[in-house]
Amino acid sequence: MTEDHEHHHDGHGHHPEAPSELEARVLALESLLIEKGLLTSQDVDQVISVYEHDIGPMIGARVVAHAWVDPAYRSRLLDDASAAVRELGLTYPTSTQLVVVADRPEVHNVIVCTLCSCYPWAMLGLPPTWYKSAPYRSRMVSEPRVVLEEFGLRLPTSTAVNVWDSSSDLRYMVLPERPEGTEGWSEEQLASIVTRDCMIGVARPQIPAGKAVG
Amino acid sequence: MSVDRRVANLEGDTGLPRKNGELVFDAPWEGRAFGLAVVLNEKGAYTWDDFRSRLVDQVRTGEPHYYENWIRALESLLAAQEIVSPEEVELRAAEYRALKRDPVF
Repeated sequence: MTEDHEHHHDGHGHHPEAPSELEARVLALESLLIEKGLLTSQDVDQVISVYEHDIGPMIGARVVAHAWVDPAYRSRLLDDASAAVRELGLTYPTSTQLVVVADRPEVHNVIVCTLCSCYPWAMLGLPPTWYKSAPYRSRMVSEPRVVLEEFGLRLPTSTAVNVWDSSSDLRYMVLPERPEGTEGWSEEQLASIVTRDCMIGVARPQIPAGKAVG
Repeated sequence: MSVDRRVANLEGDTGLPRKNGELVFDAPWEGRAFGLAVVLNEKGAYTWDDFRSRLVDQVRTGEPHYYENWIRALESLLAAQEIVSPEEVELRAAEYRALKRDPVF
């Protein structure tokens, strides 16, 4: 004996909600543009997906290159990084403070966010996946030399490692040392060897094979 | 298709809303609005500078919402280029609001 206690969905229960003013305008534009043959919905989908993985503005390299060629700028950058970035006509958001830490022969710097994934994205674009991983966040603090070796960066024992823990209102970025063999290079050439990983501190700028002058 | 640096590097008040570097769309329509303007530029309907200067003007008038400025900049550019008239948009938007068309993003 079956009791018919099922809920019957009559098919009319799905009332779409009226779109807001702005939603309606966007729907209107897209449908009109499709009818006029100017684009397809797939075109729009594709753009959104490409830009959602956009690495963002990578302006850190320009700042590093300028600091390499201009010692006075270098001091200003280490003194007040956000102001020094804006001085080059570049944008730095006012919501977070930026501190640039400079490598020296006896000190290597590396950045991490032990709590979450705070990252100087305004300078470096999107954080790489490994930066957000739990092992990087904990091990970079507990055994930085080992982690750096895994990245292929072997430091002499005489070089100390400073690990800088970022927070939501204080972001760090590494100013690596200018490699030997780059004398006479333009700022643009110099910026081209300053990778994201160099400014995180898990790599050092390398001169590509064949690019060395002489 | 790749990222156009001029789009990614919009600066100051016109800079795209981001969180830890990633673009942030608070609602699906914002993503559609973004996509429409970028696709039309790629297809040569206008130059990026044409769009950017209208976005700057909109942002300057002080609407609080970034993508509201974005969509108004796009509408005014499409009207100026005689691609889509304001009347067409009004009429079609009214149909969506009245649920005479399926509002699916």
